[in-house]
Amino acid sequence: MNNMYTFDTSTLWAALPEIFLLSAIVVVLLLDLFLTKPFKQATYYLTQISLFITGVMAFNLIDQPQTIIFSGSFILDNMASVFKVFMIGSTMVAMVYTRHYLIQHALFRGEYFVLVLLSVLGMMVMVSGYSLLTLYLGLEILSLSLYTLIAIARERAGAVEAALKYFVLGAIASGLLLYGMSMIYGISGSINITDIANFAANADLASRETLILNFGLVFLVIGIAFKLGAVPFHMWVPDVYQGAPTSVTLFLSTVPKVAAVAMLVRILVDGLGAMHAYWADLFMVLAVLSIALGSVVALMQTNIKRLLAYSTISHVGFIMLGFVTGVISGYGAAVFYVFVYILMSLAAFGIVILLNKKGFEADQISDFKGLSKHSPWFALMMLVVMLSMAGVPPFIGFYAKFFILQQVISAGFVTLAVVAVVFAVISAYYYLQIIKSMYFEESDKDITIVAPMDMQLVLSINAVLILVVGIFPDFWIKLSLSLF
Amino acid sequence: MVSLSDYLILSSVIFCIGLVGIFVNRTNIITLLMCVELILAAVNTNFIAFSHFLGNEAGQIFVFFILTVAAAEVAIGLAILTLLFRVRGSIDVDVTNSLKG
Repeated sequence: MNNMYTFDTSTLWAALPEIFLLSAIVVVLLLDLFLTKPFKQATYYLTQISLFITGVMAFNLIDQPQTIIFSGSFILDNMASVFKVFMIGSTMVAMVYTRHYLIQHALFRGEYFVLVLLSVLGMMVMVSGYSLLTLYLGLEILSLSLYTLIAIARERAGAVEAALKYFVLGAIASGLLLYGMSMIYGISGSINITDIANFAANADLASRETLILNFGLVFLVIGIAFKLGAVPFHMWVPDVYQGAPTSVTLFLSTVPKVAAVAMLVRILVDGLGAMHAYWADLFMVLAVLSIALGSVVALMQTNIKRLLAYSTISHVGFIMLGFVTGVISGYGAAVFYVFVYILMSLAAFGIVILLNKKGFEADQISDFKGLSKHSPWFALMMLVVMLSMAGVPPFIGFYAKFFILQQVISAGFVTLAVVAVVFAVISAYYYLQIIKSMYFEESDKDITIVAPMDMQLVLSINAVLILVVGIFPDFWIKLSLSLF
Repeated sequence: MVSLSDYLILSSVIFCIGLVGIFVNRTNIITLLMCVELILAAVNTNFIAFSHFLGNEAGQIFVFFILTVAAAEVAIGLAILTLLFRVRGSIDVDVTNSLKG
């Protein structure tokens, strides 16, 4: 028991990307103070370089044997490394999309980049967290940075209000999650996932003594559902997406979802996998409600950010369906869906940002009217993204939905699959509506695209990937399945 | 002798007060922050009680971290509240309704 808390510096290499990123954050923060106005752009490039080096470090740790360090509270395995590389890559893409928007809307400040880097650090700790404490700390580093990031547009009443709503609901979610963690700790006597897994595997789940384990589990599921934005814990999602500056919405809607899924896997699959039958029931309800509400309520939206928020909710429902199956291939399908969702969401919000101009937020669906006349290329890109989100073959969104449903059916939940398909068809309506207004309606505004070339290029690659990966999905599917 | 279940009952009562407080409170956002603190206090009570009765220090270490994070959280919460007061001139829950939902 005494040597449980020894500290061995020879194992620090497993946390190298995190350590590097933390040092880089300090450097960026300090350097930004000394940069004069004409050199402010340097902060952006420094951020990208830091992210890139961290990504390379995380990439080099792929295929290392599973290592657990810091007295069992930090794990390095393939899932952690692949998730980290993916998160860093998407953050870099998000930053490319963001820069132009920040300059146009006078939000280009050093703190913005530091906060993004900090939230990436929090997410990296989350995907590698192997004790309840590390997971909680990672989650809080992420959440606290995101609250501040939303409020960075401090003159906008909408942004401040969104920050406050996110803050209050996020704090409640953390409280519920912690309450669940305290129950799990109380019954299993440890905060390490390994010990909790051992305890849950050997416990007599039907006995009265382990009732508290079920009790804790419910709180954990609620906490995770809050963070994922699943119905009925979704109230914050549309408001925050709409109120936050679009650049923050872009970041918020993509990368943190990977971290939330990683936390879900760590706690529920690695830790409480023995109790799958208990949490799968909860997940089933959450998933069906999310898919249904996400698809139906989105029909009535006129604000594109709100619409994409509801579309996120229904995508989260599909991701949760993958975890209902309780088999490794089902979890793999869910992770594949997360990758696909991030790719699509990045492109969708990227195009929303693309239409922004100084003093003009393109956040209404009507702002897309006649886009095909002014910019046929980006109208085509938006078409690809929307069809992919609706699940039309051969785009990647189709395969993601297909694999989830395949797993759900082979696990024996045919009704569940039918319900999911019905609502997926309903949701196709609002995606098609955007396509309709892009191609068949006349614009009443001047939409010229002023975004810089690097953004246009990355955005095009991103959207083309949706098609290309859709035609050759094998690599990603194998990768997703190899993580468990 | 105070037993473990007494502590658990106390913490669940505090937890419920915090949670109900958040949902019935329709006047002031500072009250919301206090309710969040109550929830965290309930969690801390739980952790310390379990830690004491299990003879395991991990729970108490956890509490240190929760306290630190809670302090940071309140700092950010109050900062956002100040911003809200600046743009709205009020911190009532009712004024935060420009975003429907």
